This record gives sequence, C-alpha cells and structure tokens, in this order.
Amino acid sequence: MQRKSRLVLIAAILGFIFLYAPMVSLVIFSFNKSKLVTVWGGFSTKWYGELFQNAQILNAAGLSLRIAVISASLALVIGTIAAFVLVRFGRFRGRNLLTGMITSPLVMPDVIIGLSLLLMFVAMQNLIGWPNRGMTTIIIAHATFGAAYVAVVVQSRLRDMDLSVEEAAADLGAGAVRVFFDITLPIISPALISGWLLSFTLSMDDLVITSFVSGPGSSTLPMVIFSKVRLGVSPDINALATIIILIVSVGVIGAALAMRKKDMPHG
Amino acid sequence: MSQQENGPVMRPWLDPDAVPFIRIRNITKKFGAFTAVNNVTLDIYHNELFCLLGGSGCGKSTLLRMLSGFEQPTDGSIEIDGQDMAGMSPCDRPTNMMFQSYALFPHMSVEKNIAYGLKRDRLPRGEIADRVAEILKLVQLEEYGTRKPAQLSGGQRQRVALARSLVKKPKVLLLDEPLGALDKKLREETQFELVNIQETLGVTFIVVTHDQEEAMSISTRIGVMDQGKIIQVGEPREIYEFPQSRFVADFIGSVNMFEGQVIKDTQSKVVIHCPDAQMDIEVSHGVSCASAQKVAFAIRPEKIQMSRTKPKKALNLTRGVVQEIAYLGNLSIYHVVLDSGKAVRVTRPNLERADEHAVTWEDRVYLYWDGTAGVVLNT
Amino acid sequence: MSMQAHIAEPGRAGKWVRTVSGWFAGRGRTLVIAIPMLWLLLFFLVPFLVVGKISLSEAAIARPPYLPIWNFEDGILTLSLNLGNFQFLAEDSLYFNAYVQSLQIAFFSTILALLIGYPMAYVIARAPARLRNLLLMLVILPFWTSFLLRIYAWIGILKTNGVINNILLSLGIIHEPLVMMQTNFAVYVGIVYTYLPFMILPLYSTLVKLDESLFEAAADLGARPLTIFLSVTLPLSVPGIIAGSMLVFIPVVGEFVTPELLGGPDTLMIGRQLWTEFFANRDWPVASAVAIVMLIVLVLPVMLLQRTQPDEAGG
Repeated sequence: MQRKSRLVLIAAILGFIFLYAPMVSLVIFSFNKSKLVTVWGGFSTKWYGELFQNAQILNAAGLSLRIAVISASLALVIGTIAAFVLVRFGRFRGRNLLTGMITSPLVMPDVIIGLSLLLMFVAMQNLIGWPNRGMTTIIIAHATFGAAYVAVVVQSRLRDMDLSVEEAAADLGAGAVRVFFDITLPIISPALISGWLLSFTLSMDDLVITSFVSGPGSSTLPMVIFSKVRLGVSPDINALATIIILIVSVGVIGAALAMRKKDMPHG
Repeated sequence: MSQQENGPVMRPWLDPDAVPFIRIRNITKKFGAFTAVNNVTLDIYHNELFCLLGGSGCGKSTLLRMLSGFEQPTDGSIEIDGQDMAGMSPCDRPTNMMFQSYALFPHMSVEKNIAYGLKRDRLPRGEIADRVAEILKLVQLEEYGTRKPAQLSGGQRQRVALARSLVKKPKVLLLDEPLGALDKKLREETQFELVNIQETLGVTFIVVTHDQEEAMSISTRIGVMDQGKIIQVGEPREIYEFPQSRFVADFIGSVNMFEGQVIKDTQSKVVIHCPDAQMDIEVSHGVSCASAQKVAFAIRPEKIQMSRTKPKKALNLTRGVVQEIAYLGNLSIYHVVLDSGKAVRVTRPNLERADEHAVTWEDRVYLYWDGTAGVVLNT
Repeated sequence: MSMQAHIAEPGRAGKWVRTVSGWFAGRGRTLVIAIPMLWLLLFFLVPFLVVGKISLSEAAIARPPYLPIWNFEDGILTLSLNLGNFQFLAEDSLYFNAYVQSLQIAFFSTILALLIGYPMAYVIARAPARLRNLLLMLVILPFWTSFLLRIYAWIGILKTNGVINNILLSLGIIHEPLVMMQTNFAVYVGIVYTYLPFMILPLYSTLVKLDESLFEAAADLGARPLTIFLSVTLPLSVPGIIAGSMLVFIPVVGEFVTPELLGGPDTLMIGRQLWTEFFANRDWPVASAVAIVMLIVLVLPVMLLQRTQPDEAGG
C-alpha cells in the first residue's frame, strides 16, 4: 500500500513539474542577456526595457485590455440574465434552445466560431452597413463566448443557493426587486466576480476568433505575439510572458488568500 | 431482548476462568497532541453484543477503527481469538465493519455489493451465489438483489450494509452507529432484528453508539466512554441502577443529583447531610470513603414516590411544590421545587385514564424514597 | 404575498419562486428572456446558417469573395446551390487526411492527458483539505496565463538549440541535437500541456466526492489496493473521466495554434486547414464547407453523446 501510493505521488509530482517547467524556463530566459533565448549569456533586464519601448506591443496590449473589460462586462450581463432565466423561470418556450446556445460555445472549436461570426458580420454589413470590422466585432465575439462561461458559473451558484433566504426577506416585507438586489445579487456575487474574471482572461487570451473577426488596424496582443512567435523566439516575448505570469500569480494567490480569510470563521 | 436475564452460563464476564475472545490491552491512540483513546483495557467475550457508548469525540469510533485496522494504535495491543492484530491490514483481519454511512458501492447492485467480500476470498461462483441468497433471505431482501443502492430506502440500505459485512462470517462484526441514520420508529424495530440476527449467527458484535436507549436495549454489556477512557463496563441494568460515577449516572437516563457530606458511615448504612434536599439522606449500603467527604446522592426520577398526603412511614422524606408537568402519555414528568429551591424530577406512570386525584400544578407534595432507591457517588 | 399564505404553508420554496417570476410575469418575463435569447440567436445560431449558406455558394474574386446563392431578377427567384465545395473536400485526400489526423491527435492527446492527469487529480483529492486548495490553485494558475505564451515556452524548450537539447548535449547523453520541433511529438506535448487542467478539474471534482469509507469498506472486505482501485475507484470516476475527455477531445479536434506553432508542414489538422483556406487562399466557400463537415462529422456526435450521458458528473 505504501509503495503504491508513493508511486502515485511521484507521478503527480512529475505532473506538476510538467506544468511548471515551461513557465519557469520562460521567466529565467527573460533575464538572459543573450539574444539567443535559450543560451545563458548572463543576467540582464534589458528586454524589459525594450518591451516597454515597443509601441506595437504596448498599443496592442492597450486595445486588448479595453476589449477585455468591455466584453467581460457585457458577457456578465448577458450570462447572468441567461443563468437567472434558466434556473428561476421554470418552463418557457425555447428553453432548450437557450440552454443549447448558451453551452455550445464551451465546446465549439474556435475556428468554427470565428469563421461563422465573421461571415455573419460581413453579411450584416452588406445588408445594413454595420458593424465595421474592428473593436466592435471583437467585443461582440468575445462577449458571446464569455457569456457562456459566466452563465455556467452563475447557474451553479444560483442552484446551490438556499431559497429560504429569499423567502425570509420577502416575509420581512421586501418586494421582489428589493430581494433581487439586496439578497440574491450579494449571495451570487462571488460567481459574478469569477465569471467576469474568466471572460476577461479568455478575451485577453483569444487569438483564433479575434483573428477572424478583427479588421485592419485592430491587432490585439495575442495577434501581435502570434505574428512575432511565428518568426521565432524573441526575448522580449519572454519578458512579456514573465510580466503576465507575475500579474496572474499575484491575482490568483490574492484571490485564494481572500477566500481563505472568508472561510476562516467556518473552520 | 437483551440477554441479561439469562443464567450465569451466558454471562462469561462473571466467570473468572472464562477466556476473553477479544483482549484489548492498554490501547492508546494519539493524533498529534490530541489523545483520542487513552490507555483502554477491555475484554470482550465470544458471542457478546458489546456496546461502546459515549458522546461525540469520546474516542469510541477511534477504538472501533483500531479494531478494524484503519487506525494503528500509538501504544498497546489488540488480540482477537488469540491472534495479535499488530501490523495486520484491514483486508487480512478476521473482522468486518458496518459503516455509519453504510459505504455501499453505488455502482454495484445489492447482490454485487454483498458478493464483493466473497469474491476477494476467491470462493467458487456457486458458493458465492448460495451465500448471497442465504444472507439476503436473512435480512429479508430476497427481491431486491438486482437493485442499485440508490433505489433502496434507508432501512433497506442499512440491511444491505449489514448483510455485506456479515456474509464473510467474520469472527467479530464492528458496527459504527448501525441505526444512526434511521428514524425513531424504524430504529426501534431494527434494534430487535439486529439482536435476532446476532443470536442466529453467533457472531461477536461490537457496536458503537451515542444513543443510550439503543445501547440499553440491544447489548449484553455496555462500555461507557468519555474523553478517551472507558469509565464503566457492565450489563445494561448494572450501568443504569449502579452507576459508579456522576458522569455515568448523568449520561444514562435522567437523574436527580444531591450534593452532600457523609456524616455517618457504617457497614450497612450511610447518612448524607444534604441541605439541598432539606434532610439527611439515609442509604442502606456502605460506602468506603473518608467521613465528612463530599459526595453526591443520585436517584432516578421513577424511584421517587410522591403524594399530597404525608406517608405514614418514610425513610427519606422531603417537601416541595409541583411547578411543571409534562404529560408523555405512558408517564408524566413532574418538576417539583423543594423549599430549598432545588428542582427535582419525578416520573409517575399514568395508570388510570382519567385520574381525578392526580397531582396537579401548584400542589404541595411529599417526596420520599427508601434506603435502596439511590446510589452514593464519590467520583 | 399575503401573510396568511405564508402561515398556511411555511417554508415552501415553490411559493416564492412563483412570486419572483410573478414579477417577471407576462411582458416583463418575455423581455428578460429575450435579451440573452436574441443575442445568442444573432451572434451564435444565425452565423452557422450563414456558414451553411456560403458553403453552398461559388467562390469569386469579389468583395465578399463568393457569389450569392439566390438571385432575384425579372421577378424570378433563382436559387443556385453549389455542392462543388463539398465535392472538392471529398476528392482531395488532403482534407480526409486532415480530418483523420485531427481525430487521431485528439484521441491520443486525450489518453495522454488522462494518464498524466489522473494521478494528479487523485493525489489532490486525497490530500489534506488545507493542502488541497493550494494544489488545486497550482493546477488552475497556468490556465489563467496566456495560452499562446505557454505554447511559446515549448518552442524554447524543444527547438534544436533549446533547453532539452542543451542539457542533454552538455551531459554527454547525446552528441547530435534531437529534432523535436515541427514534429507530431511537439504537437502532442503542446496539446497535452495546454489541456491538462481541463482533464484534471472534472476528475478532481468526481474523485473528491468519493467517500473515504467506500475504500475502507473495500479494504475491510478483503480487497488489496490494486483491487480497490480497479473495482471501486475507477468505476466511480467514470463520470469525471468522460467529462474531462470531452473537455480535451472536442477543442483539440479543431486546434489551430499548437499545430501551427509546434507542428511541421505534415501535421495536418483540420482547424489549421480551415485557417489556411480562409486566410491564405481566401476561399471562403471551401472554408465554410470545411467548417460544416467538421461540425457534422466531429462535433455533433460528441455533443449528442454528451446529452445522452446521465448528468452524473454535474452532481
């Protein structure tokens, strides 16, 4: 029994090494003096300096951030309404259709979503002259798949929620709208936050769908990285990766600590 | 149903020459700084239905898990049927366990669940089928063999769990709160079934429970546990009528406790000065203790007599006012507040359907008992 | 809501649900449903119909680069459906090979992710509660960082003068650098790497729900660790295995980035093919036909399979 569980443990540790070795190597070589990313030429932070002077990357990062914030917020609204409708509205016409449409983006290959949305946008533009390909179309695309993720997260929270809390509020004299804003929303707020963060990250990260629906002059960060990476490794990308890893680590660890603090009183 | 009425033949613990079937010697289990089981020594005999009784966290389940092999004792030894259990893994032990959660395999049918242990012994297929059928009949689940656990009621699941742990004919069956998940009515029915099955199969049962009524009604003997220690071991009647400590007196059933001081201690009687009871209580058995020692006199509510008129002859007599009455149908509970302010609980059977002379609220009553009604506790 | 109704039926959840939706009754309710419904119809469902339409039209050098399938001239509506695109896919073995290879890569990546992910999920699920959250966070963390950059990291590791070759050469284990980049090996590494968390999380959530007493009961009935694993743990983790496999298999079939960056020219995957058709050849009708076939052949069966699966994994 001991020997076997040790074997499982070793396999798991190797798995974690597999997960983290590439990220560690990214970080290490971002401080490499040599341009040859993988040959150590001494410690240097010059690639960070170069990164911050690269207007193309900075512009793309700015655009990506703007798109991610707007599309995640839009996704939050649509996804939350969809989740609320599916969990609380009981039966209605088109329920199965809505369920199908809200969950499909989770499993649909990116290339198909990207292509279909683009063709749709082109057709729309021919018909009504809107939308122009660029930031708007990217936001719509990202909000659509983001909403799917928000809906999944919020749905499970709504299902787990104790209905008697709402009943208690109603019993104490709160109207339905008051109950929604005073009780329901605060209780599902962790799900709303994680749903928003999830669609924000997916938006920041998306390459394929964005490449399809973007127009001239609207290159997001992943698109710029992709075109650079295609040409080979370059150390300023390592520097960029290190910064992203740092931000994400701080965010995830901070969130975990905040959650632990919240859970403390329950032991 | 308990076997306490049987002759001494069936009570091997009274026979100094009897060989115990399970010997637990100085068993201790520590989890870090916490001592879950503290130096327990216990003998359990063949064919017993032994109950480990105690509140949550008293160490009873840990003791059971050490018997089954899921926990290794920090110190001490366990011997079953002359065989030392040290280092033996659960799958090799001659014990089987019935889990509190039943732990039925949800992906297997009732039959497959029951056959699981037999398959591990690589018995021939025909024999497995026979034994499964036999045990299903014993627990009255013949028609449910192909069902999945999720398709059964709580009581049926409990019987499958029992069947699964019994089918291997273990030397000892360990039951962790076997009736805990059932509702009250079902629990009472199942208690008797459990005792019947135990008597039919002749397997030694060790039951962990926190329910004192359950322990009283099924066991041959009870071991009361508190804070990792066994406080008292005895037959149900012994535990109830002759508790050896305040904890046991208080834990089993309800009790009135009078604090006092021994003022007279002879071979045949003790007199305790009790300001609370407004009298000197006389008890007709000796207590070995220093004179003037602080003790408690414990008396069960049903052992106290009560009347509105003064009894002609009463060894111990006091007075009070009825404050509360709880009518429970078969009996009523009276809360009588003595003139000292001490509240006393008295129970009376309701023998008549309409008793006009019954004691009622605000009645001034006499409470009295004789010398053998209660016990003196000095621990 | 009257007080009396409450006293008559205390604690009835249904009552309140009805009251909440009562607020949304009639027009309000329809309006609320309409918001997500219309959005998804317009930006999710209708686009597929557009793809279907374009897959039946003819390519042209125009803006947009295809001919309309219907024509309304002199009061006559002519509908010209062009099955040529599908015929083209069927005749050119390139596409068939790409479909087959996509399935193959998705299948083996799923198996590999399962083999690597299972022990990890198992260890996390059986770890002490305090450690469990930390380990889970370690699995999720890479998922929040850029997908593209994680693939990029492997280029630095696998290429001819990359980390692995440098280490092996300096240790004297090999004398010639291994060729790992632009091979299917690199594609497998990249895919398994990026999709591993999607395998681990559903496996974990299935395994963590398994009551410890089930394993103890099996041991108590005489089963050895390997038997316990095969007869209890594995069958009970099937819902997690299915859910995780779905989450890996489906997106991998349409994967584009990994084969593009890590694979060689002979790593044919259908997602990559669609991309090439669209961006390099600017053949929108063929790209659409590729998407339709992909949808029908690969995605629909899996989605139907998922629907028929009893909803056990969800818990």
